[in-house]
Amino acid sequence: MRDLLRRYWRTLTRPSAHYSLGFLTIGGFVGGVVFWGGFNTAMEFTNTEMFCISCHEMRDNVYQEIQPTIHFTNRSGVRAICSDCHVPHDWTYKMARKMQASKEVWGWIFGTINTREKFLAKRKELAAREWERLKANDSLECRNCHEFQAMDFTRQSKRGADDHSAALARGEKTCIDCHRGIAHRLPDMASP
Amino acid sequence: MKRVLLVVFILAGFLLAKAFAQHDPLRGPAPFEESGKTPPLVNAENNDRKRVRSYAMQPPTIPHKTDNYQVDRFANKCLTCHARTRAGETQATPVSITHYQDRDGNFLADVSPRRYFCEQCHVVQMQTQPVVKNRFRDVEAIIKKPAAK
Repeated sequence: MRDLLRRYWRTLTRPSAHYSLGFLTIGGFVGGVVFWGGFNTAMEFTNTEMFCISCHEMRDNVYQEIQPTIHFTNRSGVRAICSDCHVPHDWTYKMARKMQASKEVWGWIFGTINTREKFLAKRKELAAREWERLKANDSLECRNCHEFQAMDFTRQSKRGADDHSAALARGEKTCIDCHRGIAHRLPDMASP
Repeated sequence: MKRVLLVVFILAGFLLAKAFAQHDPLRGPAPFEESGKTPPLVNAENNDRKRVRSYAMQPPTIPHKTDNYQVDRFANKCLTCHARTRAGETQATPVSITHYQDRDGNFLADVSPRRYFCEQCHVVQMQTQPVVKNRFRDVEAIIKKPAAK
């Protein structure tokens, strides 16, 4: 094992005997571009709605629930898809989130929530995790579209304007503290 | 004679049916086989101003939008503000004490299951004309009316 590693290390550290410097630099550059482009394209693909609802856990539960809500259907035709709210937009945070989400692939393979009953039983845990995440990042995904600076309180209802200009403005509360269950149904809130 | 009566009855039936069909205010003037014209949807009132109750026992109307409010066995969106314990922070009208009583009048710790589904009685308001005319008058107006001579 040690010998094997040493042999590869020696190959890596010695100059190439067969390939020209031009091939290695240009080839490396082109290879890098192809790899990077392919990597990001593949990752973007996992951000599409089509990918999210390709498993029935998402399609039959949460996707059905978002459809009557304002984030899916509204007068101006702007729509937020799954990744708009559930995946950060900045690359570093997106990578971190994607790595966490690999656990969902595990859950999909082993059928952790492959029935409606299992989903409902686990919903509180799933929702709580998402609320905690949004609380921790100050509702970043909400604010990607709903910018506090751009809000016109005079166009809001009195209740909305009161709360937004007080608790939200002071930073005591963040979007998710009040706006829960707006895109999906709430879990059993009475159970501990 | 019998035959004449029968014809008269059938004719009267036709006329009556026609009269009713034309005066059904919910359907409008559409013929029987066709659907009436659907009035456009209107947004619910959202001004947070209490409306006057038409009579003392009337369930107060809802002065705000309740689109997509979830009220089921898992959660009650209304109670996130109107619950007794939440009203202090939100300044919403807390649900009245009658909602804590079961049908025998015993007081419960939480909202009684029979009073759980808010929108069975409390409804949002929309600016539309009533489809059926009515002659409702506030009881106060009737009390104040001078006695008929």
